[in-house]
Amino acid sequence: MITTGTAENWMENFKELILQNKDELTTLDQAIGDGDHGINMARGVQEMHAMLQEKTFETPGALLKAAAMVFISKIGGASGPLYGSALMKIAAEAGDKAELTDQDLLACLEAGKKAVQQRGRAETGEKTMYDVWDPIINTFRGEETIDWKAFKKAAEQAVDSTVDMHAKKGRAAYLGARSIGHTDPGAFSSRLFFEALADAAQEEN
Amino acid sequence: MDKVSLVLVSHSREIADGLKKLLGEMQPEVAIAAAGGEEDGGIGTNAEVIARAVEEVYTEKGTVILFDLGSALLNAELALELDGKKQNVRIADAPMIEGGLAAVIEAGFGSSVEKTAEAAEKAYEMKKIDRS
Repeated sequence: MITTGTAENWMENFKELILQNKDELTTLDQAIGDGDHGINMARGVQEMHAMLQEKTFETPGALLKAAAMVFISKIGGASGPLYGSALMKIAAEAGDKAELTDQDLLACLEAGKKAVQQRGRAETGEKTMYDVWDPIINTFRGEETIDWKAFKKAAEQAVDSTVDMHAKKGRAAYLGARSIGHTDPGAFSSRLFFEALADAAQEEN
Repeated sequence: MDKVSLVLVSHSREIADGLKKLLGEMQPEVAIAAAGGEEDGGIGTNAEVIARAVEEVYTEKGTVILFDLGSALLNAELALELDGKKQNVRIADAPMIEGGLAAVIEAGFGSSVEKTAEAAEKAYEMKKIDRS
């Protein structure tokens, strides 16, 4: 069950995980990207944290929509519009429900996944954050309740699967085959996004 | 305003501003807005910066957006979705400088937004050096 409080914890956990892994994200992005993923994401989650401190929300949807706007305006680059669009669609799917069941949540994540795919014109196996979003949502689609331990495990495995992929999007695509052997930074931050959700949902139960 | 306007989206504020100046010299009668860099002027693109630039020059006649690389397209599309009201905008798949030049000249003739975007996109076919 996801309440407004759970959604807030999800976003706050995400902030913590991003800040803890900021250097790791930078290192990964320096290898195949432009090296700013850690800095951009850290700036975005800190701004989001400040916004959450200031405002109160009635529903998970309203909170996540506000978080989306912070990501869009403060992160920029490719991550800003990708996370922003995903959160926007998640929020739209959540609507004005006060609480989301696990099934509702899966429908929200499905909408978020589609947003990542459409915005990034991403396909499976192109070494992007979509390679975390897609397998996770495919694994849990149709489940009545989510086994959060398995959920975290699936996110971890999905990130590891990006190592052997040949990048087809973003700056990494210019590296061609030289991108093989590196973890995709957007996939790594997406894992943190889902880990933050799992931790928040587990606290709730 | 009886002419299509242009919005230039670049990862670099200086590139967008510089191209605006260049195109303004070529055809001063076309309204051009630059949307370069992040909110703080750093390298990158930002949907809100782009949305403001579109707001600045949008007319009923329409607006053509030219962009440089990857995420500029993501943010330009998002900027248009955030607004939702500005129907008459085309994002041109074109080399930014050459396409911008073709677009500003076409727009100067009072052409439609479709024709202006098309002129920009045709710039891909233009050879700069004839090696035949």
